[in-house]
This record gives sequence, structure tokens and C-alpha cells, in this order.
Amino acid sequence: MKVGVVTFPGSLDDVDARRAVTIAGGEAVAVWHGDEDLRGVDAVVLPGGFSYGDYLRCGAIARFAPVMTHVIDAANAGMPVLGICNGFQILCESHLLPGALIRNERRRFVCRDQRLRIENATTAWTSSFDPGAEVIIVLKNGEGGYVAKESALDRLEGEGRVVARYLGGNPNGSLHDIAGITNERGNVVGLMPHPEHAVDALFGPGVDGRAFFTSVLKTLATA
Amino acid sequence: MARVVVDVMLKPEILDPQGKAVHGALPRLGFDGVTDVRQGKRFELELEGEISEERLAELRKAAETLLSNPVIEDYTVRVEQQ
Repeated sequence: MKVGVVTFPGSLDDVDARRAVTIAGGEAVAVWHGDEDLRGVDAVVLPGGFSYGDYLRCGAIARFAPVMTHVIDAANAGMPVLGICNGFQILCESHLLPGALIRNERRRFVCRDQRLRIENATTAWTSSFDPGAEVIIVLKNGEGGYVAKESALDRLEGEGRVVARYLGGNPNGSLHDIAGITNERGNVVGLMPHPEHAVDALFGPGVDGRAFFTSVLKTLATA
Repeated sequence: MARVVVDVMLKPEILDPQGKAVHGALPRLGFDGVTDVRQGKRFELELEGEISEERLAELRKAAETLLSNPVIEDYTVRVEQQ
């Protein structure tokens, strides 16, 4: 199974994301922001970093990169797409996911091993988790406060589309302690924490992040 | 030549940590009596030729598509007389 990882100017975690795909048993494919096709991949990861220097708004310029037209079309057709941190911001700017991410409430860049609860273990990217699993994943962001209209939040909660929630204190002011959400179909997931930094016991808090990548491989295998 | 100014502000209900930081700094510097600060963005678009209602509509679309994120921000578009 081929999982593409898009590199934008200013992406930081593209190499780690590709490595995570490989560790999970998939074939990682490097995709360039200027590409006019998705190189035959079965799923796409939009990695963390500071695409286009976070100019204008985080993810606002990346959202109009040539490759994003194809990512958006593929996502709407059901292809699994995971946006991590800056990737989550790009998915919100693309309107593939509702809401937006704003500057952390306490105005500090947060970098820590973060405890999370997996609230929805049915999405393309979380099906390998036990429902309600508590995991530890690296969190590092300056603009990770999730906001959305009350009606949008009600919908997310009502439809079980909150994928992960922060435990042990809200690190960035996200409404409803939201760390990640999914679209109606469950193929597009946005996540503020970085599972690709939690796939190797030597470099990180553990290997809880692997299940995001094994999930998508399982989803693709059974599709 | 015409100049069009687009002002973008966070919606009132959206928390503005940057504005809060500025608000906190003002009294420390002796600037008292400011009850709130909200920080926004101003874009100055220089245009070739005359401005028409059609071009203005086009720029409103640009403001909504790229310059602002309507989920969290409001914008205003106006022509600046030179």
C-alpha cells in the first residue's frame, strides 16, 4: 500500500512521516507540493511544519498549492487523508474539515508528551485502536487551539467525529479539549499531536503513534 | 492607479491571544485606560487602471478566499482615495 507524504516549502515532519509509514509496513511515497498528480498513492499524509512560513495564516497558502487540488478531489472521493499539525491546519483551510486552529490560548509554543483519549476508533486512521484507548503522543504547536461555531461543535460531538481529546489539562485552549476530528465519511482526519514522532521507542515517548499508520494500511487492505 | 484596502479582523467571539498580549503590555509602559485590544491585518492592493464595481466584486472574492478565513475572521474592502 502506497502512502504519499506531501512536502511543502517549510514542511518539517515529512521525513518522519515517511519513516512512520515504513515502520508500519507501508510504502512511503514522497509527493511534492507542485505535483500535478498524486503518484498513484492510496492515501495521503499532510505533515507538520510551517508551510510557506505560516505567512498569512497557518496552512492558508499551502491550501492553494497545485497538489492540493488533487488531494481535495481524492479526499472527496474517499481516499484516506491525514493532516498532522500544520496538515490539520491545511485541511481546515481547505474546508475538508470544519473549524480552524488559532494561536494557543496561553501564547506559548507547547512541546510535550501529551496524553490523549482516542474517542473514535472507526476512522480510516484510527481503526487499529481500542475504542477509548489512552495513548501518549508528542504535541508541539504554537497555533493549535481548535475553534468552531457552537453548531459545528454540536455536530462534531453528536456525530462522534471528535477523534482524539486531550487528557490531563488542555494544552492550547482547544474547545472541548479537541485534539483531532474527522469528516462525515471518516476518511479525512486532522490531528494536532504528532503520531509520526511516537513510532520508535528510542526517539519519543513510546510507539503509540504507530497505530495511526497501521490503521490506514488495514483500512486500505480491507477496502 | 487605485488602492484597495482590505482589513481583516478576528470575529468578536474568537479569542485573540496576540491582542491580549498587547493589552497586557500597554499599562506596563504607562499607557493607561485601554480597555481592550484586538489585533488584525491590513492589506493594501495596488491596482492598474480604474476601479470598477466588477473589479471590486472580484477583490471581495479574493478577500473571502485567500486574505481571510471566514470561519474565524471578518473582512472589509474599501477603495482608498489617493
